[in-house]
Amino acid sequence: MTLDPAALAPLTDLLTADGLVTALVVVGLITWGAEAVARHLLRGRVPGSVLAILAGLALAWWGGTVSGGSRGAAGIPWLAGLGLLGGATLRDLAIVATAFGIRPAELAGAGAAGVVGLITGLVVAFALGGVSAYACGYRDPVAVTTIAAGAATYIVGPVTGSALGAGADVIAVAFAAGVIKAILVMLLTPLVARSIGLDNPRAAAVYGGLMGTNSGVVGGLAATDPALVPYGALTATFYTGLGCLVGPSIVHGIVRLLLG
Amino acid sequence: MLIYGTALLGGCLLGGRLAGAWLARQLGVAGDVGGVGIAMLLLVAATAVLRRCGRLDARTVAGIDYWGGIYIPIVVALAATLDVRAALTGGGVAALAAGTVVAAAFCLVPVIVRIGGRLPGRGGETA
Repeated sequence: MTLDPAALAPLTDLLTADGLVTALVVVGLITWGAEAVARHLLRGRVPGSVLAILAGLALAWWGGTVSGGSRGAAGIPWLAGLGLLGGATLRDLAIVATAFGIRPAELAGAGAAGVVGLITGLVVAFALGGVSAYACGYRDPVAVTTIAAGAATYIVGPVTGSALGAGADVIAVAFAAGVIKAILVMLLTPLVARSIGLDNPRAAAVYGGLMGTNSGVVGGLAATDPALVPYGALTATFYTGLGCLVGPSIVHGIVRLLLG
Repeated sequence: MLIYGTALLGGCLLGGRLAGAWLARQLGVAGDVGGVGIAMLLLVAATAVLRRCGRLDARTVAGIDYWGGIYIPIVVALAATLDVRAALTGGGVAALAAGTVVAAAFCLVPVIVRIGGRLPGRGGETA
């Protein structure tokens, strides 16, 4: 930006001081703009929520580049409120609120299939993640396990890495894998939903357990069918915890056996 | 009143986090295992009980609905705080790992749904 920052100081000071309010206004504008583009320019072919999330990601890239930090747009002082609005507390409050839409009759069937999806999802992530690391030349069991954990979620990766004493560069790769996964899930879900039968609570619970990434699942379902969000979130939410549990223990043991 | 709904929601989240932290300690993991999932189950149970006692009025429900309603905007804010730069510079292995896992997981959705057996539920294909 080539505007003189000193002249804008009174404005940016205000926006920074009322950060959460600023974030609400910014997100409101993004959502409004996305809906307008979706309806008038793209004639409903892409949901407005997908465009809004894309805009959020673009904002994150821009913000991260300008601030040189790792928190996306929240690294810019007057946009720091986005870190609060998109942070764990409000995110989880909103996710739990969507549970109000769960129909108890759907819960039992969705839950059982969801558990199968959860276990399969973890196995697939660690297995393919590990194979990818090996294919790219990694041979150290700690590095392979850490990168495999990153293919689970961007929390499981770093947590497993620190537990195993992995190097910072390996942890960064693991984290990147997790973020790419979340973004891919977020963006691809509405596009593939129909072809994979993601249109009912049980499928959503299975999908949540298979994908595992909370941000990806919640974002992906939001853009597909908001009514499915609670079912997907229900299983996705256990994925990270279980991943952190088996990563440094069982998975590491298996990797050591295979590479030893 | 609106606040009743929001306070109920908040209480379920806190309760879920407590249970998740306890579960994590039992399993020997740091943090929280499934706290949000437990919170969701608590909310479903609590609202079912309140509804049966006739104490769930429209205003209370509105206090919960608002938070469910703005969760897409919250996701947009979440997206805006992701380390997209790291994702783009993470190198081939990060993209390979993420890409193969996502592709495989998507393909497995219909498979697992079908394996899960034929339980009563709406939607889904019938073989």
